[in-house]
Amino acid sequence: MSALLLSRLQFAWVIALHILLPAFTVGLSCYIATLETLWWATGRDVYRRLSAFWLRIFAVSFGMGVVSGIVMPFQFGTNWSRFVAATSSTIGSLMAYEVLTAFFLESAFLGVLLFGRKLVPQWAHVFSAIFVALGTLMSSFWILAVNSWMQTPTGYRIVDGKFVPDSMLAIIFNPSFPYRLAHTVTAFLVTTAFVVLGTGAHYLLTGRWREEAHVMVKMSLWFLAVMVPVQVAIGDAHGLNTREYQPVKLAAMEGLWDTGRRVPANLFSIPDDDEERNHFEISIPVLGSIYLTHDPNGLVRGLKDWPRADRPVVPIVFFAFHIMVAIALLMLATIVWGLVLWPKRKLYGSRRWLAICRAASPLGFIAVLAGWTTTEAGRQPWTVYGLMRTADSVTPSLTTGDVTLSLVLYVISYLFIFGAGGVLIARLMRIGPDVPERERATLDRRAARPLSAAQPAHDDRAKAPVLPGTTGGDDDAA
Amino acid sequence: MTQLDLVPLWAAILGFAVLMYILLDGFDLGVGILFLLRKNEADRDIMMASVSPVWDFNETWLVLGGGGLLAVFPGAFAIILPAVYFPVLLMLLGLIFRGVAFEFRGVPEANKRLWNIAFACGSVLASFAQGVIVGMFIDGFKEAGGVFVGTSWDWVSPFPIFAGFGVVAGYALQGATWLIMKTQGSLQVWARRVAQRVMGLVFLFIAAVSVFTPWLNPRIAERWFSWPNLAFFAPVPLVTLLLAGLLVRSADREREVLPFVCSVGLFFLSFSGLVISLWPMIAPPSVTLWQAAAAPVSHEFLMIGTAFVLPILLVYVVWSYWVFRGKATAEGGYGHE
Repeated sequence: MSALLLSRLQFAWVIALHILLPAFTVGLSCYIATLETLWWATGRDVYRRLSAFWLRIFAVSFGMGVVSGIVMPFQFGTNWSRFVAATSSTIGSLMAYEVLTAFFLESAFLGVLLFGRKLVPQWAHVFSAIFVALGTLMSSFWILAVNSWMQTPTGYRIVDGKFVPDSMLAIIFNPSFPYRLAHTVTAFLVTTAFVVLGTGAHYLLTGRWREEAHVMVKMSLWFLAVMVPVQVAIGDAHGLNTREYQPVKLAAMEGLWDTGRRVPANLFSIPDDDEERNHFEISIPVLGSIYLTHDPNGLVRGLKDWPRADRPVVPIVFFAFHIMVAIALLMLATIVWGLVLWPKRKLYGSRRWLAICRAASPLGFIAVLAGWTTTEAGRQPWTVYGLMRTADSVTPSLTTGDVTLSLVLYVISYLFIFGAGGVLIARLMRIGPDVPERERATLDRRAARPLSAAQPAHDDRAKAPVLPGTTGGDDDAA
Repeated sequence: MTQLDLVPLWAAILGFAVLMYILLDGFDLGVGILFLLRKNEADRDIMMASVSPVWDFNETWLVLGGGGLLAVFPGAFAIILPAVYFPVLLMLLGLIFRGVAFEFRGVPEANKRLWNIAFACGSVLASFAQGVIVGMFIDGFKEAGGVFVGTSWDWVSPFPIFAGFGVVAGYALQGATWLIMKTQGSLQVWARRVAQRVMGLVFLFIAAVSVFTPWLNPRIAERWFSWPNLAFFAPVPLVTLLLAGLLVRSADREREVLPFVCSVGLFFLSFSGLVISLWPMIAPPSVTLWQAAAAPVSHEFLMIGTAFVLPILLVYVVWSYWVFRGKATAEGGYGHE
């Protein structure tokens, strides 16, 4: 394997695991901000308990999101230095804006949100929650602008092999950006809402935390009833945009080899890059043209219109796209079923529906990964679509051995960290909203606590209070 | 319209970001370096509680430094990062393990010992790797035509490794003086003891780097010892000596804040010394800030927003620190809400 392929695998690995966390924390920060605001407005204690519960889970996932996010900008330099040298004048400043407007906002107010409930007035705590949510949304804005520019570059000029900006506005608001931003952020919100729904359903099934569970199920079901159909519509619009600007990617998503009108919708097949055809194809005639062009006679271009060297690896894009669409349909079915139960007042009693909701809670993550794979693998073989090849973007000094070593270390470390994080989050969910409200890391404003000031200065053991969970315990997180 | 040369201003802003990072993440990495040396678990809770509300945005300065370098001086980013491929990898892995430990350690029934070790070892590893990266700036990067032409193992050489240990010692001093300021009782007494031991080591490293850098590098020697530079830059070593003396005197007395201030001052001066040695090189020995700069229009675009955002950002960063002023206590610890 070459340093190029290994660098791609490494980037795919660190971004795929990283994206799971924004997929959760963007939505969760919005949910927490909503709960905090509701508690402030209504005074209903269940909102505070829910907020405190989700905040614990948020803290763990946000920490993982931050540290795995720091890895990303450095990947550009270590493995894709030629890409950086060529494109930084156009998209580098967008990444810097992400740090300035999003990361600082998130991280400064996160401290207050997590640790400051008793140190600041309630309104300041509510605003901290809102600012954290705003920070995560701003972050999505900038990084998706960067990604969209790589997909549909505009507003640049090429001088000495480097992309130089003509118009920063055209670079940010490039043709695919509005669709990608809407589609991705909605996906993050839907993903989180399914986790909330599944958690509420789990508590109802196990007969615990009924009040909290009712609020969670009700809030997330209504939210999803609006957002899942909206997401399908946005996805459709995004698809039309892809057909216009990245028709090869669309052809790969559909597994369509030959250009034509009245093309079928390909439900299942195994695309074969070498033979340029599909095996085991199951398809519905004409439907493809209808949803791809909104016209039964619409023309859709096939993969054979482009030389092999300019096509992505078709099976990856095809399956990723189909998995995403299948999950969207499953989500839609779950929500419709819930809306049927609602007027019959059977929502909290239907064990079958609740079990399905619980099982559906990780679906959003799979859909996000599948969607991300569709768009990124579909961009290949380019880093800047149609202009700069991935093969010309990689750092020239890297050897196969270098990247093998770093990839192995990333894989081992991430498996360990994400595995442990998953176990710990699952444990927090199992414990539920019950843990008594305790302030985290309160700071004693008095100069010295009489208790410890009275202790002999050199005696360490004497003042060690017994704290819960200090014994280490063999319940290993890893 | 005449083009305003924003390169010096951008260099100043990036320098500021890197300095903020060293000073701020320096103390929380330092607390991590010292973590396992304190055997008392309750005191460890306090040590962690003293940094857990602020470590995240301390680390954000690193992302600003890295992201800023990418945006503003991409020519340097594309040469430096490949040269420090493995130090960056080690730094990132170190930061990951120590970063998640803050939250993981507090989850009920988490394996505290495991995450204590992750926190301490991650902190040591990240600090060491950062020192190696700094050392590479003195050693220089092999560059031809804007591309790094060395190997990913260039960092395995005496000076960067030495600088790695130097930064571990320096951050440990930052951490110890931070604990003097933020804790009380026996933990504070312990922190004073640690600070006194570590500072000797730090002085040794500062002296050694100050001697070896000009000795290994004639260009840097000329920068410092030619007239009239000698007069301009003489305050740097002189004030360093002054602060070192002040630190020695204050660490074992009643003073709680002064040791930290002295340590911050030492870091500031060491960083200034580095900047004086390297200016105007961003990827020494051959690439200047101007050669590595992004297109002027990108500099302008980013400056417009930065001019607004950076002051606001500083206001809420200061506010956030203000909320968590005072002594750290184990009451609730870093634990769960």
